[in-house]
Amino acid sequence: MTESTNSRPDSGADLRHPGELEAVAGGSAVAVAGADGDRVRSVTGDAWRELRRKPLFWVSAVIIVVFVVMAVAPGLFTSVDPREAVLSEASKTPDGQNIFGRDRQGYDIYSRCIYGARASILVGLLAVIGTVIIGTLLGLVAGYRGGLIDSVLGRVAEVFFALPLLLGAVIILYTIQGEDDGYFTIVLQVSLVLVVLGWPNIFRLLRSSVLQVKPNDYVQAARALGASPTRISFSHILPNAIGPVIVVSTINLGVYISSEAALSFLGIGLRPPTVSWGVMISQATDSMRSAPHTLLFPALFLSLAVLGFIMLGDAVRDALDPKSKSR
Amino acid sequence: MADPTGSTTSTAPTSHDDAPVILRAQNLTKHYPIKGGVLRRTVGHVRALEDVSFDLRAGETLGVVGESGCGKSTLGRMLMRLEEPTGGRLEFDGVDLYSLGRREMRRKRRDIQIVFQDPYTSLNPRKTVADLIGEPFDVHPDAVPRAGRRRRVQELMELVGLSPEHINRYPHQFSGGQRQRIGIARGIALNPKILVCDEPVSALDVSVQAQVINVMERLQRELGLAYVFIAHDLSVVRHIADRVAVMYLGRIVELGTEDEIYERPTHPYTRALLSAVPVPDPLARGTRQEIKLQGDVPSPANPPSGCRFHTRCWLARDVCSTDEPQLVERNDGRGEHRSACHFTEESVSGRTTP
Amino acid sequence: MTTSMDSRADRPRPGETDRLLEVKDLHVEFHSREGVAHAINGVDLHLDRGETLAVLGESGSGKSVTAQAIMGILDMPPAVIPRGQILFQGRDLLTMKPRERRAVRGAEIAMIFQDALSSLNPVFPVGWQIAEMFRQHRGLNRSDAKAQAIRLMELVNIPAAKERVNAYPHQFSGGMRQRIMIAMAVALDPKVLIADEPTTALDVTVQAQVMDLLKELQAQFHMGLILITHDLGVVADIADRINVMYGGSIMESADVRDLYAHPGHPYTQGLLDSIPRLDMKGQELYAIKGLPPSLMRMPSGCPFHPRCAHAQDVCRSEFPPRVELGPRHESACHFAQEVVRG
Repeated sequence: MTESTNSRPDSGADLRHPGELEAVAGGSAVAVAGADGDRVRSVTGDAWRELRRKPLFWVSAVIIVVFVVMAVAPGLFTSVDPREAVLSEASKTPDGQNIFGRDRQGYDIYSRCIYGARASILVGLLAVIGTVIIGTLLGLVAGYRGGLIDSVLGRVAEVFFALPLLLGAVIILYTIQGEDDGYFTIVLQVSLVLVVLGWPNIFRLLRSSVLQVKPNDYVQAARALGASPTRISFSHILPNAIGPVIVVSTINLGVYISSEAALSFLGIGLRPPTVSWGVMISQATDSMRSAPHTLLFPALFLSLAVLGFIMLGDAVRDALDPKSKSR
Repeated sequence: MADPTGSTTSTAPTSHDDAPVILRAQNLTKHYPIKGGVLRRTVGHVRALEDVSFDLRAGETLGVVGESGCGKSTLGRMLMRLEEPTGGRLEFDGVDLYSLGRREMRRKRRDIQIVFQDPYTSLNPRKTVADLIGEPFDVHPDAVPRAGRRRRVQELMELVGLSPEHINRYPHQFSGGQRQRIGIARGIALNPKILVCDEPVSALDVSVQAQVINVMERLQRELGLAYVFIAHDLSVVRHIADRVAVMYLGRIVELGTEDEIYERPTHPYTRALLSAVPVPDPLARGTRQEIKLQGDVPSPANPPSGCRFHTRCWLARDVCSTDEPQLVERNDGRGEHRSACHFTEESVSGRTTP
Repeated sequence: MTTSMDSRADRPRPGETDRLLEVKDLHVEFHSREGVAHAINGVDLHLDRGETLAVLGESGSGKSVTAQAIMGILDMPPAVIPRGQILFQGRDLLTMKPRERRAVRGAEIAMIFQDALSSLNPVFPVGWQIAEMFRQHRGLNRSDAKAQAIRLMELVNIPAAKERVNAYPHQFSGGMRQRIMIAMAVALDPKVLIADEPTTALDVTVQAQVMDLLKELQAQFHMGLILITHDLGVVADIADRINVMYGGSIMESADVRDLYAHPGHPYTQGLLDSIPRLDMKGQELYAIKGLPPSLMRMPSGCPFHPRCAHAQDVCRSEFPPRVELGPRHESACHFAQEVVRG
């Protein structure tokens, strides 16, 4: 028996009775999926193919690559020493020599923006990766298993959630910080604090999304096949529940980079001579009115980096959803 | 094991009386606790399934009909051991499935598979057809050698009437009827002996429904499958089933061959149910004797005492509210079949109506 | 509940009917990113006082969109009505001012939906929701409106209406909720009642009760009833006339007995043959091959031709004309005469 192709109008016209328009948006798949019967395809492979066709992905990828190179090899972008203070030119507005101008202490802002990328991006990425791993794993367990584990994890998460970020950070950092910790130790400590205080956010998000996915019959179908809980969790539930986490955690990246700034401002985050966008922003806020350019440029770098990651997150999430294929 | 009738279209329903019993349900019971109050204490139970017993023979189709809340879906899930029983035995191949450990149960699952009602939620939207139909082989790697899996998936697709070229598509690229075929292909991938079908065609349009029913009947003939066919559509069940169990509020109230249930029903509920089905024939309008039941089905959290149907039954007497009628062989006018009513004699002899 | 055949005595005698609703050459399109879906392509239908018209079709046939267009509850955009007229007692609803149209909606033309649970607002008592109809449209005060609500709940046979008037929707069963929806629909004495799959979500025994109630109320209030459904059984039980829809067009229109006895369109025939029947036990069911068309890419000519056993070249190129097969019996098929003769 042969049947013509046809698909659901999931993204089609918004109707009161969606069933009525079953046949909307059909047919277009015919041209694409023709005689591809011999190639093995998977959702990740398809997602990659889909990503490559998206301008959004390429724009975000370029932005991110630029910032990563900046973090790894700042010397490529500037030859000016970020720690060279020329006090006589303090708060100088941008000109031909210092294209972003100088800040209150006479540092070259362009050079500091470049050198600040490493600490900021490291802290941001580490914090995001940490919160996503911990929040996702615990959220998956809590949502899937339910019962006592869920209640316990839920209460623990609430405790951390209720803790104000700065207060919690002050307490933790004061207890773990040593006098002469190195650069990477401090970066790690700050990231760790952000992870410890930030995971409940992801945990709650994923847990509720797992609860929505769990009742679907395909989860029951996998159980009926005798699939193990691990397989069900990672093959069926997680891929369908992770969407919101991707979106929120890319936004969080910016939040964490600015939180790092707040910690630095209190003197418990990264401290001079380490340079970071956060440190720059927090220092510049004092002179915002007299020398707005000192705030503008680091904030611009921060926004660009965050924008890059948000766009990447959006593109990845769309690509991972077969239903949103731009065919 | 397989039903030897390999013929294509036989007019007379095949008799499975001599086929061996492969699944025996004994007193299956499932109560769901109702939690209430601040302490989430159990304050009562929803009696979803109570004392359900039946046999399923190799190659036959047992239809299970009833209205919402009658426990038919719970029964389907119990047969798959997707729910742990509150009580009862489920014997498959002489072994009580409920006594098996996880590892052994996993092996047994190859023999009993399920097709779900909703073709839109029963397939993982992020997997291709290859992954969906091939998943059984990932879970049971010894079923088909890795190299032959793709070919086997394509064979299965052909078997259920899907084009094998569509192996890399996603569920949303198919219509409801085609998705249900994918679900069926997955269900038969491991060569099960029993397929539990939970309302497999009720979400489909009439014209597509007929296609899917035909596929299911063909597969049964070719593979010798036994079906437990759960549905609320009485005419579909009549078409496909050899024997029928009628359920009401968690119990089987009548159990017999398709002919016994539809032509010589003895339980008042069965009769009411049958008479309520609209007949697609305008000439029958006004001429049919309709039994109109009062009210709705009572809550399974608080089922009536005695016979659970007595609150809506026109034959009910005092004894019905005190004594639970047993599901035993009772006279149906021509022979005997199992029915759980104290007054089948009246029900049959007078064919009384309210 | 008793179905009294005598209630039909209230029906108008032939010749006494008057036209309530007339839809002429209605087109509805949905515009979206993916393109234009032609949901309805030139539908004509009419409804008389006291008449029950069934619009029968599968998903995607356009039957619900037709109902929503008549009711004026299509979301525009994405819906667009490029052509057509919907005449209610001679006045075109489509050219009316929004304010006039609102006055018609609910009071003159009322509608009940498939899903009674989501059609009722969960945070208000049902009595309040019924009473609100009277307060808004009739300007009744609180206590009068509540008395009316109780009267209506009694009318639709809700037991202990006085006590349950303050209960919330979730405290009612599915059948009772559908009764409440019906009560709200008939509250203002509408002339036309549109029922969109009113019993699809209900159990068989409850479905029978609700259909009986609809029949009774229709006879009592002398309404025109449009029943949107996919169920050939329900239609046979209640309809006077049937319009069979497919791919956004009406394929066949006939009195109910004519349609079942002498279907004049291959699609209607296919539908009737797909029903499992007693004498066919053990045989393959007749199944219409293939799938309904995509509204985005409607086939040329007759929308049914890719699935039709009778299809010829002319079917692929020309939309079939309406062929008169008898009094009030029309079929949109090039070969209607041959089909009806078998």
